[in-house]
Amino acid sequence: MRASFFIVLMVAVINLAFAAPDIQTWKTSNGAKVLFVKAHELPMVDIRVVFDAGAARDISNSAVALMTNGMMPEGAGEFNANELASRFEGVGAGFGNSSHRDMSVFSLRSLTDKEWLDLAIDTFAIILSKPTFPQEAFDREIKRLLVGLEQKKQSPDAISSENMYKAVFAGHPYASLPEGTAESVKKLSVKDLKAFYKKYMVGKNAVVSIVGDVTTEQAKSISEKVVGGLPAGAKAADLPAVKALSKAEMIKIDFPSSQTKILIAQPGMRRGDPDYFPLFVGNHVLGGSGLVSILSDEIREKRGLSYSSYSYFSPMRVAGPFILGLGTKNESSKEALQVMKTTLKNFIEQGVSEAQLKAAKQNLTGGFALQLASNKKIVNNLSAIGFYELPLNYLDQYISNVEAVTVEQVRDAFKRRIHPDKMATVIVGGEQAQEVSSN
Amino acid sequence: MTLLIKTGQKMNKKCLFSILLLLLAVLLSACATQNSVIPANFAKPVKHYPQYQLHEKTLANGLKIIVKEDHRAPVVVSQIWYRVGSSYEANGLTGLSHVLEHMMFKGTENLGPNEFSKIIAANGGRENAFTGRDYTAYFQTMERNRFPVSFRLEADRMRNLVLDAEEFAKEIKVVMEERRMRTEDNPQRLTFEQFNAAAYVNSPYNIPVIGWMQDLESMSIEDLQTWYEYWYAPNNATLVVAGDVTPEEIFAEAEKHFASIKPTRVPVPKPQKEIAQIGERRIMVKAPAQVPYLIMGYKVPTIINAKEKWEPYALDVLASVLDGGSSARFSEELIRVKQVATSVGAGYDAFTPRQEIYTFSGTPAQGKTVQELEAAIKEELEKLKNKPVTAKELSRVKAQTVAGKVYQKDSVFYSAMTIGMLETIGINWQLGEEYENNIKKVTAAQVQEVAKRYFIDDTLTVAVLDPQEITQSRVSNVGGGRHAR
Repeated sequence: MRASFFIVLMVAVINLAFAAPDIQTWKTSNGAKVLFVKAHELPMVDIRVVFDAGAARDISNSAVALMTNGMMPEGAGEFNANELASRFEGVGAGFGNSSHRDMSVFSLRSLTDKEWLDLAIDTFAIILSKPTFPQEAFDREIKRLLVGLEQKKQSPDAISSENMYKAVFAGHPYASLPEGTAESVKKLSVKDLKAFYKKYMVGKNAVVSIVGDVTTEQAKSISEKVVGGLPAGAKAADLPAVKALSKAEMIKIDFPSSQTKILIAQPGMRRGDPDYFPLFVGNHVLGGSGLVSILSDEIREKRGLSYSSYSYFSPMRVAGPFILGLGTKNESSKEALQVMKTTLKNFIEQGVSEAQLKAAKQNLTGGFALQLASNKKIVNNLSAIGFYELPLNYLDQYISNVEAVTVEQVRDAFKRRIHPDKMATVIVGGEQAQEVSSN
Repeated sequence: MTLLIKTGQKMNKKCLFSILLLLLAVLLSACATQNSVIPANFAKPVKHYPQYQLHEKTLANGLKIIVKEDHRAPVVVSQIWYRVGSSYEANGLTGLSHVLEHMMFKGTENLGPNEFSKIIAANGGRENAFTGRDYTAYFQTMERNRFPVSFRLEADRMRNLVLDAEEFAKEIKVVMEERRMRTEDNPQRLTFEQFNAAAYVNSPYNIPVIGWMQDLESMSIEDLQTWYEYWYAPNNATLVVAGDVTPEEIFAEAEKHFASIKPTRVPVPKPQKEIAQIGERRIMVKAPAQVPYLIMGYKVPTIINAKEKWEPYALDVLASVLDGGSSARFSEELIRVKQVATSVGAGYDAFTPRQEIYTFSGTPAQGKTVQELEAAIKEELEKLKNKPVTAKELSRVKAQTVAGKVYQKDSVFYSAMTIGMLETIGINWQLGEEYENNIKKVTAAQVQEVAKRYFIDDTLTVAVLDPQEITQSRVSNVGGGRHAR
């Protein structure tokens, strides 16, 4: 059998109407936005609360956003950390919290057995609305954070990422480091956390997503219980727009590793950006589709230079980064950097072919069902839609938005938005990497 | 392509994940020499297990097919599992199973290099593969109607792989980069690799899944050809399909693509049972790092070799008592009360075919030493030996197990993975379904008993990461672009 025949045979188009989940939405009494999808197949429920209270709300590198988020389950209401955790874990519930540049996230997964669910939700609500920020726990968590900061210094990945954000977002809140710096973190106090909490963990600054085996009435009651105890407050102010880089920049950090980590980056796009789909689909061809992307083909398939090479947009509240990255042995860093640059330059000049665009669309639309194949994935999608104020029919329109992208749109969007001569290059690696900048 | 499943090192024991990491059994082992006889016909008729929405059948050529129905979303996961992994390898040939896994994407008599991935991508699929100590598995996740694409491609590369020298020359470089990324430049993983090599003397579990660098450097395409011919056969594989499908359509389609592949004589590995450890072992690992790290581990039995059936379940409950959440003893005692650890965890895989190591690992708190952390962990183990765990703790672990079983069902992929792993190590998948009940039966006295039996210094191995100063962190910032000199 000839290879070409094989392909034709296999890509027989299968048109299956795939219904995106039915999203219900409302606001709590104190102004929190709620998104709900009923999923009755499993006796469980996922609840996620997201506040616009990430590191972008702290420009002092003090980790106040991270520490506020992290300290909330350390003491709340009449309970200490162990008691709060026991209440969740004793009923098999999973509690999670994390803090990013845009978001402060709290999540709960519980069985829907009434007694168990009630206890889990009650505890979740106490953590969100009555945190006590005990001093002793604060002192301990600061020490743990400082060890974490030391640990980052032994990771080429962490070092390269941190320097990339500093370079691409200089002067913008996105340049602030979620884990802070040791110097600033040491100045942080419980008072700072309480002030941050009071300002940002409020109804109007919250989005609640619920997916699971509960009725609409129950979901309404859950959303009210979970965030209803918070004051309405105000939505966080708009973040400033991200400025384009005015010139190229090279940051090189010597590090005793066997591989050199290379990142090339610039400001990318925001969620809901008018160029979102041309850039997203175009990048899928460039470096967003794993082993079948152009970048992986050039770096890995043709030259064996790296295990992992990629490009991606990280769309955020305002423009997040556009990044090309890879890791290669120190001796190959020069060659790899050259291939990355050439690949990007060619892509900007030539854009995508009809065949490449078609393949990317087939992958994205054909795989759309996979993005919604579990409660966890649905709750992820709801959070993004709610937090980034995407249209409620975003998922219904996704396939047609992808299908509508043309080769001209991709070429045009990349030409306007991506500037290879004005990108920041971050190189972290061993001695050989030094030569990269001296060419 | 490829994920490496590293086992035995789990910082946090989470309900879901621990169930997923059910590994492989059967006392197989490295570098086979004997040949078995091929039965005339392996065929077993369709068997239905309605209570689990599960169906199985074995083709005449020995390929076992398991279908797990899950109609929540119009997707299908197809996984093919081969009974081969790093524990089948011999010294000098380590990393062979994993490199072969990479080469499985490099073309067949019908397809060019990387074409497999392109076809799956064009069908909207996600795909990958992973190699562990006791298995190599390939998977595709696709919209439900497209599973024939996956079957056709997997059947093709089960028999028609083309190992091309030029492709191998590039791909072996990729694997070396993978090793640098995962192990060489990661001080904790490097420490774990050394720990493993020290803890096992003759068990093939002392082999890192990705292989030693010098073995990668000396690997040849002939080595891979032999390895492929040994292990890639329908009678050494299990096909697991989970999702929005019916058993009838899957069995019929599988028959169509796989039935013509002839079975082969699959080698029977030597036992290579780990010799008894007769005294504590301690090693230091010096690497560029900022924060010290401790791994300690005791030799323990698993589902396959436990003298008493309840032992592995009691060991699992014990891990949850120590590390099953923020209310568990490690978080409360070591992180919050004594403040001796920044992070600390327990790791144990009950579902492995060989003797396993029960590990404890962590980083000391600021101002504390690894010695103090080790002492604090041992004190917790002494408490378990001296006093039964409380009813509240047992009830918490059981609630988490009950809930974990429901939560696990949210992922079709992991449901399939659990089945595939168990089958590949020679354990019937039903044992996975019965896991919850076996955990529920564990008593406080049994937890105390396994602590006493197995946490003994003579079978202990300890590895410590001794951070070496990272001296050169110099930042040079060159503005203006390409002309840095």
